[in-house]
This record gives sequence, C-alpha cells and structure tokens, in this order.
Amino acid sequence: MAGTMRALESQAELSAEIEDTAAKWATAREPEFQPRRDYPPYRSTLLRHPTKDLFQVDPEGVELFAPAFGQRDVDPLEADLTIQRGGEPLGERMVVTGRVLDGDGRPVRHQLVEVWQANAGGRYIHQRDQHPAPLDPNFTGMGRMLTDADGVYRFTTVKPGPYPWKNHHNAWRPAHIHFSLFGTDFTQRLVTQMYFPGDPLFALDPIYQSIVDPAARERLVATYDHDVTTHEWATGYRWDIVLTGAHRTPTETEEDDR
Amino acid sequence: MTRLAPTPGQTVGPFFHYALPYPGDADLVLAGAPGAVRLHGTVRDGAGAGVPDALLELWQADPAGTVVQRAGSLHRDGWTFTGFGRCATDRTGRYSFTTLTPGAVGDGLPFFAVTVFARGLLHRLSTRAYLPLADGATDALLTAAGARAGTLVAAAEADGYRFDVHLQGPEETVFLQAPGETPS
Ligand SMILES: [Fe+3]
Repeated sequence: MAGTMRALESQAELSAEIEDTAAKWATAREPEFQPRRDYPPYRSTLLRHPTKDLFQVDPEGVELFAPAFGQRDVDPLEADLTIQRGGEPLGERMVVTGRVLDGDGRPVRHQLVEVWQANAGGRYIHQRDQHPAPLDPNFTGMGRMLTDADGVYRFTTVKPGPYPWKNHHNAWRPAHIHFSLFGTDFTQRLVTQMYFPGDPLFALDPIYQSIVDPAARERLVATYDHDVTTHEWATGYRWDIVLTGAHRTPTETEEDDR
Repeated sequence: MTRLAPTPGQTVGPFFHYALPYPGDADLVLAGAPGAVRLHGTVRDGAGAGVPDALLELWQADPAGTVVQRAGSLHRDGWTFTGFGRCATDRTGRYSFTTLTPGAVGDGLPFFAVTVFARGLLHRLSTRAYLPLADGATDALLTAAGARAGTLVAAAEADGYRFDVHLQGPEETVFLQAPGETPS
C-alpha cells in the first residue's frame, strides 16, 4: 500500500477538516439525509466515490420488489449472539430491538436483518483485524433474524468495544453494530451502523461525521430503554430504522406467501 | 403524504466478510445447470485498481421475466431459483456469479439490478447491468445516460456476460437514485 510509509495526520488535523465541512454546512443548514460519499476526512473515500451526479430513475421491473427471505433462511437461534460457541462471551450482555419501517411508516414485515460487530474488547473475528485486543472464543459477532408481522427485530448480544483504525494517527471508531436491511423494494436496500448514546468518540470519527447534518446522523444513535432491560439479565437498547420510501404497496396475498 | 426521514447509510467497512457472504451466495444456480450463465467483472477505483473489499448484490427476474418471491437464498436447495445473490470481490477486485439470463419484466428491457458496497464507500450504490442491446433498443435511462450508457450494458461472452463497475474515473459507471431516496 502506498499509504503505509506516509506519516499519518494527527487527530487535530483531521478534526479541523471535519469542523471545516461542518461549518460550511452550518451557513445554510440545508437538510441532508445521507452521508456524503465524497468526504475527504475518511481517506478511503478519495478514489471510491462517484464524481458524477447519480441518475434519478423511476424503479422498474425487479427493482420494485425485494428478495424474499423466510424461515428456511434463518434459524431463530441466530438472533442470539451469546449462544453461538457453547460458552458465555465476555462483556455487557444486552438486547437490541426496534422496528423496520418504510418511508410512509408501514412496517417492513418478515424481512431479513443481518448484524455484525466487534467483541467487548473491540476486536473482530475477521482475519484482517490486527488490533491487539483479545479474541473471545465464545463470540463470533454475527447474527441474523427476520422482522415479525409488526416489523420488529430483536437480538441479544454483548456491547461492542471501540476500536482503532488506520485512517489517521490515533483514530478510533465509536462503538457500533453494523446492520444490513432489506425493504419491500430493492431500491430501499440499506447497510448502516448503529451507535450508542453519548459516545465520546462521535466528534472525532469521520465515518459518523460524514453525515454532516446533525439531525440525520443522530438517527443512527440507539436509545437506552429500561423497558427493554431485563431484571438480572441484560440491558436494553431501542433503535427504529426507516428505509427510503417504497415505490409499490405490497399486497396482503404477497405477504402471506412469505 | 408526510414521509418519515430515512435512517442514513454507513460504509460496510472492511470486516463484513465473516457476516454477509455465505456458502453458495454467488451461485443462483449450479454451474452446469440448464441455462446457467456467468455474470462477472471487476470493481475498480478512480485509479483503475481493483477494489478487493467490495461486495456486490445481484437481484433479477427469471428467464421468463417473472420476479420470483421465493425464500431460500441463504440456504440454497439446488433447485429453487430465488433471483438474489451476493459476491465479495477477490484480492484483485473480481466478482463472479453463476445465474440464469433474466427475461424482460413487462415492457422493459431485461437487466440485472446490481448494488455495490465497499470499504471507503459511505453509502451503497445502485446500478443496472442491461443485457446486450438489440440494434436500436433503448429506454428512458439509457437515453438519459447518453454517451455514458455503455457503462450500463453487460458485454456478451461465450459463457455469459461481463460487467465491470467503475466507482470513479473516465469510465465511471452510471449509478442510480430512486425518487424518494431523499424525502421532500
Ligand atoms: Fe466496524
């Protein structure tokens, strides 16, 4: 890699870039809803963002539908990340739940949700993760589930730790869980990350800050919910997910087929 | 109608390989099945280098132009065509699906719907890989894309189709946005 010999910028230099972009946004406060794909503080975007405008097209054909997933695809045990290896993983056991909705507020029913995350020490089981934090033999960090008839997902895991990465010197990601979501049409496909309230790393993280409108990025932060927390067992977090608007209203028969 | 504000996307990151890929993900049908074709290509960055940590998703109609709504993509039984597949790029940025040729849905031209995720890509990108076009065949998107329309068309090969994705650069792929991706 060409970048390995170059001295990495300090957090202060990186933060100045983040603040510069934020200040420019704040002059007009035009609402934004997605991260900027062209966001230089996240260095790996430089050669990987389109430079031309996206083409606005009406979805047609297969784009008006989403792949169907069902009980054949997902074992209910896959929604518990704490029982995959025969022993209890280390860390703060927690339940994460919420609803998946489309842009009109309709629940996305019986659809696939995939999650993956670092362990409590901030280490992924991934072979490319070189962070010298311990692997946990009792934690894989990936789960799958289907939403129910109200669009509700729910899984049990341990709280992931923050971890370092190589974007700049002393770069750390806020603790997060990766989510992959499908809607009722393929244009709603979403991969994102859920964060935890009050993380001190938010202001320093170019991935989180790439969503320059604060109202939009705060939609990625879960809420601690004591009604989800269970007595002497697990803390609870709630996070609802809204997909971009559906372009086709699913019929009842179609839903019954799933 | 009031639209709810959407939850923003974030990059898939570098550590998705143990979570999103699964056995048989890129094989919508088995190689050697009747009608099996290959859809393959390379994902390239703005310097022309292959992107080794991208993930492509494929969603398509069956050869009759039917959009199937069948479960089983994650645990394929070898017989059920679900129309959905997933392929992580290799060290050189290449991907390869084994699938069937999609038929036209309604009056539209036949195409594969393709979604691209990658480390360094903060929000997924969507595009279409149209089947090679008959003389004069076009539609609203291809017409609007003008000189760049070729980036949306797969090339015919002996065993199927080739479709390269350029995230940036002189051959940058035309990427799509649906109305309502940003609420109004
Ligand atoms: Fe991560």
